[in-house]
Amino acid sequence: MRDWLYEPLSAERFGWMVLSILILLGVLLFLVTYAIYVQRKLLGWMQSRVGPNRVGPYGLLQTIADVLKLLTKESFVPTHADRPLYLLAPIVAFAPAFVVFAVIPLTDRIAFTDIGIGLLFYIGVASLSTLGVIMGGWASNNKWSLIGAMRAAAMMISYEIPLVLAALGVVMLAGSINLVDIVEAQRGVWNVVPQFVGFVIFLIAALAELNRTPFDLTEAESELIAGYQVEYSGFRFAIFMLGEYVYLFAMGALIAILYFGGWLPPHPALDFIPGIVWLVVKTLFFAYLPFWLQATFPRVRIDQLMTFSWKVLMPLALVNIAFTSLVKTIAGGVS
Amino acid sequence: MPSLYWYNYLVVVLFIALGIGLPIVAFALSRLLRPKHAYAEKTTTYESGAEPIGTSWVRFKVKYYLYALLFLVFDVETLFLYPWAVAFDRVGTFALLEMVIFLAILAFGLFYAWRKDVLEWK
Repeated sequence: MRDWLYEPLSAERFGWMVLSILILLGVLLFLVTYAIYVQRKLLGWMQSRVGPNRVGPYGLLQTIADVLKLLTKESFVPTHADRPLYLLAPIVAFAPAFVVFAVIPLTDRIAFTDIGIGLLFYIGVASLSTLGVIMGGWASNNKWSLIGAMRAAAMMISYEIPLVLAALGVVMLAGSINLVDIVEAQRGVWNVVPQFVGFVIFLIAALAELNRTPFDLTEAESELIAGYQVEYSGFRFAIFMLGEYVYLFAMGALIAILYFGGWLPPHPALDFIPGIVWLVVKTLFFAYLPFWLQATFPRVRIDQLMTFSWKVLMPLALVNIAFTSLVKTIAGGVS
Repeated sequence: MPSLYWYNYLVVVLFIALGIGLPIVAFALSRLLRPKHAYAEKTTTYESGAEPIGTSWVRFKVKYYLYALLFLVFDVETLFLYPWAVAFDRVGTFALLEMVIFLAILAFGLFYAWRKDVLEWK
């Protein structure tokens, strides 16, 4: 697929491009459908319940039934809402979560694009979904929505800096912000070993960016009902949720690529398994990890949340960068 | 053979088009299927059944702006770090020294904000 980028464009080639992106979208929708099912099953088991088990065998069709229900539910615009912004918000929240998949390479041979600045593109585009959340919260003209949206904005911008600084360590090791180069630089040892502190910072910041427990106080059912999406119903609500889950997989893929060698097997002896299988397995693990944490952690308070980012993660990330550059200079022996 | 640069962005544009297209198609589909019986009581602002008082477009805590300002400063500074990290191997010790100064300024800014209690949520 990567070879396409080197050949002249024809109508046929263009058609294949569109088709491959549509296939990716289909796969993502399938993954999201079953991520919701797995999440509910896992949470059920962890809380000594059975989870969904009525619709279809083992409840496997539960999410599909839910989507069909949302599709046929009434979806009105509140009288006092800011109509254009209200209608636009779900789209703005969803689109960036999908667009970031453009730069995620599936293996060294299979990639949609190779724009060279993959990581920067990912970080830049992913942070746009904050905008959708703020738009939705503000346009709803609801006090809960507004509080949820303001919290989301404060949290997402606070945790973005540790996230970006933690990823910097990986960039230094690879000497590139191209995601393919970053994976290839991990042939010897995965980045999670030399960049363990960076990985921990990245994981915590990623959870906050994704609004997952213990940082889910933008939604905080017990205090804000559902935060920014309280006034959304029917399929507009579904698109918000879809964006959230697609972003979950995008973040899982990014963690797998940055810290766990992407499509590289854990040991060269396991090379016979195709790289894409490794990437998918790692991505799924990091996409499902938040569900486990959801059953484990209580929600933090807003003051703890903000001070933790600025007073703990941020200095730690700076130290991590300084330490990495120092070790690299000494070990490299460059002058 | 180098790849044709704009091809890559063509794919990005396709992704954007699909990312915007999917919600629009989904909304259009749901418009055909869903009922439409909105009346004044139903479309009123939801506040757990209580009558909402006033607008919710109110002034909110100034704290949020302080964090936004801090974010702006630090985000721009982290952006400067990216080219440095990429070129680190080629520039060598000089880059390290340069960056120590830069990081010191960054750390000083954080320290200043810390001492000014900007990071405190009150």
